[in-house]
Amino acid sequence: MSAVLEVSGIKKSFGGITAVDGVSFDVHEGEILGLIGPNGCGKSTLFNCILGQLTPSGGEVKVDGKVVTGLRPSELNKLGVSRTFQLLQVFPKLSVRENLILAGQEHQGNMASRLFGPSDAGLSGAADQMIGFFKLDHLATEQAGGLSYGQQKLLDVAMAFMGGPRLVLLDEPAGGVNLTMLGDLKERLAAINREKRATFVVIEHNMEFVMSLCTRVMVMAEGKVLAMGKPNEVRANPAVIEAYLGH
Amino acid sequence: MSAATKKYLRIAFGLAVIAALIFVPMNFNRYGLFILSQWAVMTIAAMGLNLTLGYAGQVSLAQGAFVGIGAYTAAIMTTQGLPLIGALGVSIVLCFAIGWLLGYPALRVQHHYLAFVTLAFSTLAFLVFRNEDWLTKGIYGISNIPRPHLFGFATNKPLPFYYVCLGSLGIVSLAVWWLIRSPWGRAFVALRENPIRALSLGIDTRRYTLMAFAIGSALGGVAGTLYAPLTQYIDPVPFNLSLSLDLLMMVIVGGSGFYFGPFLGAMIAVLLPEWLRFTQGYYLMLYALAVILLLIYSPTGILGILDRYLTERRTKAASALREVAKPKLETAA
Repeated sequence: MSAVLEVSGIKKSFGGITAVDGVSFDVHEGEILGLIGPNGCGKSTLFNCILGQLTPSGGEVKVDGKVVTGLRPSELNKLGVSRTFQLLQVFPKLSVRENLILAGQEHQGNMASRLFGPSDAGLSGAADQMIGFFKLDHLATEQAGGLSYGQQKLLDVAMAFMGGPRLVLLDEPAGGVNLTMLGDLKERLAAINREKRATFVVIEHNMEFVMSLCTRVMVMAEGKVLAMGKPNEVRANPAVIEAYLGH
Repeated sequence: MSAATKKYLRIAFGLAVIAALIFVPMNFNRYGLFILSQWAVMTIAAMGLNLTLGYAGQVSLAQGAFVGIGAYTAAIMTTQGLPLIGALGVSIVLCFAIGWLLGYPALRVQHHYLAFVTLAFSTLAFLVFRNEDWLTKGIYGISNIPRPHLFGFATNKPLPFYYVCLGSLGIVSLAVWWLIRSPWGRAFVALRENPIRALSLGIDTRRYTLMAFAIGSALGGVAGTLYAPLTQYIDPVPFNLSLSLDLLMMVIVGGSGFYFGPFLGAMIAVLLPEWLRFTQGYYLMLYALAVILLLIYSPTGILGILDRYLTERRTKAASALREVAKPKLETAA
């Protein structure tokens, strides 16, 4: 399997504080890598460095073998890299369908065709399919801001898939989602991974969610990689138990 | 009421308004037609600002300067015997280009900092209008600005020129309607509501920010191109900062980010003072008080009140439907 994402020696410092300290890892095609660690260990900073939201102080990021360090998030998205954020990031004034169309429209045609072409950028069908896939059918025309937290979370995740990405980085997708919806979300992610061979990196604190969804887990502590391995190996790792999981 | 009935009612209401705008002014006197033409021109300028500020969320205190650039372009060119349609093309290109350049600071600064950058541009434009006598005739202004002949018809008289202004407003309205319903319009909203998320979805926020400034400014230029032959005399004073502030108020009072906001805002700013003339010296005070009260009650403007009411009604209807569906869902579970 080829590496979709290669991260080598990424560092990020804020003044005297080193948030990410030389982190290296690969993610292979079709893999779901879980990224866990205590709060403040540098997980989200690492995501932001990979995705161009922050400029790393050192190191290199490659997507499909191409160096992408320092590229803007919009350029990375065009290369097939998508993400969700720790906090909800839907567009509250737009309807569920419009949120999804917006999420995919920049992958359709060019600036001119997006101005003079159809108002839905030819994505209504794809948006409705995604709405059905995430079981949001009855909410398609509702404003996103009026949805419950869990429904907005599902929409937020669904938006990340509208551009047909090869690699998706999900930052705490299960945060604040009730148990029923959590099951749905896990099942949907697993289905996309299975059917579309999409590759995921998932930051999550919900251990049950991570251990049952991910094929490999990386543990961070104090900006460094503490452990990496299959879920059951990581769960049994004494260093991980000491630093994060507890006894 | 079904959705189809609502749709037909909306269409009928729209047609009635258009018919009223065409036929009612036929009985207006010269002054009435001037005021109505001014409303149409200011609505175009406010629509431009609504695009930049209301949809794309970029603060601009320079819209009045673009109206000035358009007006001076039209005045200079048409007094040299060139056609107004040519002046319109030059105004659009010039204001688009300057607006594009003015958008660059917006890539680095936001909110009140951006307001100050655009305010500085507004002052700069005013100084050019006033001091560059060789081009603008300075404080003496440019007079005898001709009104155009369109399709062989003279528009010298107030009624035909009102139709020129109204027709232009119609064309601009359709173009803006197309724009805001296109993926560009959606990208502008994304830029306003959450630029970081927009970037992560592949939206080139830099390009859309510049486009929002450029298109909004170009519409200011269109308004200016009509303003010059409407008044037939221009000097720098109408294009100082207060015009930009007036246009900003039109957008905010009408409802920033609402399609019909500028129509309503311009109507209030241009027509209300006329209707309040019977109060003599008190009309400005009453106007100011009304604006303060409105913005305290509804910072999203007049259409914001309507939007809030409709959202509440929709939410209540959705809650009622959920209540009805609840027992069935529980049984199914």
